[in-house]
Amino acid sequence: MKTLQGRIWTFGDNIDTDAIIPARYLNTSDPASLAAHCMEDADPDFMKKMRPGDILVAGENFGCGSSREHAPIAIKAAGIACVVAKSFARIFYRNAFNMGLPIFESGELHDRVTDGDEIEVDADRGLIRIGPDGPPLKIEPIPPFMQQLLTDGGLMGHLARKAAGRAERSPA
Amino acid sequence: MGMTITEKILCRHTHLDRVHPGELISARVDLALANDITAPIAIAEFRRAGGTKVFDRNKIALVCDHFTPNKDIESAGQCRTVRAFAREQAIDHFYEGGNCGVEHALLPEQGVVLPGEVVIGADSHTCTYGALGAFATGVGSTDLAAAMLTGEAWFKVPESMKFVLTGALKPWVSGKDLILHIIGRIGVDGARYRAMEFSGETVAALTMADRLTMANMAIEAGAKNGIFPVDVTTRAYVAARSDRRYVADPPDPDADYRDVLEIDCSAIEPQVAFPHLPSNVRGIGEVGDVRIDQAVIGSCTNGRIEDLRFAARVLRGRKAARDVRLLVLPATPSVYRAALEEGLLAVFLDAGAVIGPPTCGPCLGGHMGILAAGERAVATTNRNFVGRMGHRESEVYLANPAVAAASAVLGRLAGPDDLT
Repeated sequence: MKTLQGRIWTFGDNIDTDAIIPARYLNTSDPASLAAHCMEDADPDFMKKMRPGDILVAGENFGCGSSREHAPIAIKAAGIACVVAKSFARIFYRNAFNMGLPIFESGELHDRVTDGDEIEVDADRGLIRIGPDGPPLKIEPIPPFMQQLLTDGGLMGHLARKAAGRAERSPA
Repeated sequence: MGMTITEKILCRHTHLDRVHPGELISARVDLALANDITAPIAIAEFRRAGGTKVFDRNKIALVCDHFTPNKDIESAGQCRTVRAFAREQAIDHFYEGGNCGVEHALLPEQGVVLPGEVVIGADSHTCTYGALGAFATGVGSTDLAAAMLTGEAWFKVPESMKFVLTGALKPWVSGKDLILHIIGRIGVDGARYRAMEFSGETVAALTMADRLTMANMAIEAGAKNGIFPVDVTTRAYVAARSDRRYVADPPDPDADYRDVLEIDCSAIEPQVAFPHLPSNVRGIGEVGDVRIDQAVIGSCTNGRIEDLRFAARVLRGRKAARDVRLLVLPATPSVYRAALEEGLLAVFLDAGAVIGPPTCGPCLGGHMGILAAGERAVATTNRNFVGRMGHRESEVYLANPAVAAASAVLGRLAGPDDLT
């Protein structure tokens, strides 16, 4: 996975899926329409301030609440490069890998940065660097199965690969 | 070492002899469900993967309950997508219009979910079915698409937390108050990635309605699932609704729990969760003077007939305060009919309530009861996040149906004992 570099926006603990994409906008699943309201109830001006390639940095339990996959879809379609949080709610975590939004767990990053800082996320080496000379912070390793999902382009890609593998192995 | 209820059910749905917490497994799914918001993405993913036929048309439920009756043209389009797919695939459990209710009230009531089953739903409150002794958990639309194709889903076997409930409930205390109290104690991520297993003498005395309410809100503590043991109450509830066979899985005596928490239920008074987290709870005696503009009684959490009876006990012969909009939404057509036949709807109408159709509507700020900036609602629903029921400067206070009713009468947060 290539190294991600970007300017960050910080959010606190328990950022819920209603804050990421309010339910009032769920009458569509069009990614661009959802992206227009990304993070709106956490910060109404977020989409005016952010630039594609920016990174979200949050505290504990990011993405708690609803199972709506519209939440990682909105973040990805807004052009956010990745999300780094102290921890993620489980359905959001699962959804992000299933649909291909890179997310990382770091217990330290959130407390060391402010809006506008630049960070570099090196997933292959499991490191985050704050600024060009900052000390490296460790990322929690991604479990092998989740890495495989990312490699295969999400859950549906993974299933397709598995099905193709079975077809090749079958006698005829 | 033995297995917990959750581990036993998951194990029985694999080819393994036993499973361990933390293990990644692929399990067979007995039911996969989605609603009018989450199904369209799942259907698109299903087709993108080349899907032409679902794994079993009897094991999929599609419930158009969120933005229905269709609130706008886009919502109507989403329901049309779901309907067309349901017709094409001859889906057995497709609900909209007059046979439709709020999914997690409807499916147990209709006998679609049974003890010991594995259920995934593209809706976070799918965990409700743990009340029946099923393993049920919320997933996203892509997971659901995969299950519609393959009949399986991947899981990390969760660690289990045991909650041992003892003591008799005080008057006006219900399952809602027990689960709010527990969430207040452990926090909104206190059970993150884990199973919440409820046990103890108090559990045996709880109605299915109370258990459904408690399992429903397991997700508000971050849990993967909530689960109750199967007992005579469960068996009677199921026997009245289905003749399908099922397996009840009691926990092994030597099952391993990450934590065991003892809850003295006799000390719990009616609870209110203040904005903006379900864990921000106070006893009704400590709420202070909080004026309200709206009271909502309904939802997958508290829209069952027992909930409406609980509210009607408070509202009979009383009226909602002049400046309070009281909304009552029976969660299913059967609940609506029972409320009609029992005279509860007359009680609500006399109290000045607006009686709505079965819909999730106001709970998620969809429609039928949206709050303006600065407005406050007391609601029997499950979430009080920023903007949940409308404007981001509005507020939601979560409570049981009797507290919501008493608050509607007094125009401020209050319990039934505050009425004279």
